[in-house]
Amino acid sequence: MLFSIVTGLNCWALNMKIELKNVSLSIQQDDQTVELLKGVSLEARLGVIHALLGPSGSGKSTLLYTINRLREIQGGEITLEGKDIRRINVFELRRRIGLVMQKPIFFPGTVGENILFGPRLWSKDNMTLVDPRHYIELVQLDPAWVSRDPSTLSGGQQQRVSLARTLANNPEVLLLDEPTSALDAQASEHLETLITHLCSERGLTVIWVTHDVHQAKRIAHDVTLLYRGRVVEHGEAKRFFASPSTEEGQTYLAGKLGGQL
Amino acid sequence: MSWLALSLSLGFVGLAAIVSRYQELGLEKELAIAVVRTLIQLTIAGYVLSYVFASQHLIFMVLMLVLMMGVAAQNAAKRGKGIPGALRIVLIGIVVSEALSLMLLLFLGIPGTPQYIIPLSGMIIGNSMVASGVTLNRFSSEFTLRRGEVELALSLGAAPKKASLSVIKAAVKAGMIPTIDSMKTVGLVQLPGMMTGQILAGADPIQAVRYQILVMFMISGATAITSLIVVLQGYLAYFTPEAQLKSS
Ligand SMILES: Nc1ncnc2c1ncn2[C@@H]1O[C@H](COP(=O)(O)OP(=O)(O)O)[C@@H](O)[C@H]1O
Ligand SMILES: [Mg+2]
Repeated sequence: MLFSIVTGLNCWALNMKIELKNVSLSIQQDDQTVELLKGVSLEARLGVIHALLGPSGSGKSTLLYTINRLREIQGGEITLEGKDIRRINVFELRRRIGLVMQKPIFFPGTVGENILFGPRLWSKDNMTLVDPRHYIELVQLDPAWVSRDPSTLSGGQQQRVSLARTLANNPEVLLLDEPTSALDAQASEHLETLITHLCSERGLTVIWVTHDVHQAKRIAHDVTLLYRGRVVEHGEAKRFFASPSTEEGQTYLAGKLGGQL
Repeated sequence: MSWLALSLSLGFVGLAAIVSRYQELGLEKELAIAVVRTLIQLTIAGYVLSYVFASQHLIFMVLMLVLMMGVAAQNAAKRGKGIPGALRIVLIGIVVSEALSLMLLLFLGIPGTPQYIIPLSGMIIGNSMVASGVTLNRFSSEFTLRRGEVELALSLGAAPKKASLSVIKAAVKAGMIPTIDSMKTVGLVQLPGMMTGQILAGADPIQAVRYQILVMFMISGATAITSLIVVLQGYLAYFTPEAQLKSS
């Protein structure tokens, strides 16, 4: 009996890749304290896609950036596999938790050099470096593009190169900040298929910020709805889309929950 | 040169005043202040220098160097607005490059008397001042421009220094370029102030040239060191201890 409780707990803990407990973050602006995150709690399960929804200005990017510690939280706790992220070396943390930003940005240099940025930080000697072409293939682009200038690629291709650059760090968790917001429908769906595939293939845990309900429906196992820095819905995607439990949830699905300016 | 000739040279300033009036530049008041400051500052400097040169006590020379470095740092730090501790950062850069240059000069056999040390230091400190001002200025504008790139590098696990390396390089380069450019055209376009002064005062041009070459080389090293020191302290001000960007 006791044994089964312990293993049960263990299982549950192992299943939770990332947990946020009562996370708060505020900034000083014109002598005023602005709360961007107000007691946010959520869990991201191992190996599934978690959609973070909410109107613009609700704090989705800020929340995402706290998970790889690009933003510091003032209250609460974030854990990776049960361990407080503040107790993990911050550079190692960022290698394990990869981020793809909203707009693709590139370092000066070729596609290949961009992809090698991460691996070069970790490898002691350049001999054992990974082959950037492997990651270009992984995101379904032509490996011959290794020596191309990223600025000559289309938006969708650029976003896939950004993804390849993040994957070259061999992360366990992928944070995606509206990666398809600048792409057309076809390029968006291509990226969705690609990431869904990678997630199941490599057991990646994905937290995907989107403001597109239809996209969330297509990709997500779990959903969190953030509104004005607060979690208003958190749970399985199927349940949320079938019957949102809050008024804000219903309003949001009806496309009527306004953002902040 | 007689005092009479010197007062007549005010006529040149009169020309500048006429241009300002005619073109409605509104610079007359600035010009008047500048004339008075030039007169007072240089006259005082002349008397102080002749006193320091005549005095046997090195303490006066040291005091004078300290004063020069303090004023220079104050001036350059204005370029680093928004960088906390800019004054301290610049001061360290100027003091270190001055100290290194002086050691090198003494090693090369330049006499350690005020007559040599003060004018040479003036040139080192003056150029270090300009270099650190340019470096800080460039660093902060370049950082603003490349914030996204820096944060991207952090997100991939880079340490702050690695993440801002391209900004650091651009700033050091900007600090060094004026000196390198002036080295390339010296003697062709302009005769440097020190050499001109020596020649006017009756020194042998060949001798004057040798000192000038020494000074140019010394300045190139000193400005490079200053820029590097300034930027290697300055970039830290943009990051938290947890390798996060501070909000702008
Ligand atoms: N560094 C900052 N300075 C001032 N305001 C900020 C800063 N970061 C975020 N904000 C504000 O916080 C709110 C949430 O921003 P963000 O996390 O980008 O929302 P979302 O990604 O959901 O659109 C917005 O109102 C935004 O203007
Ligand atoms: Mg956002």
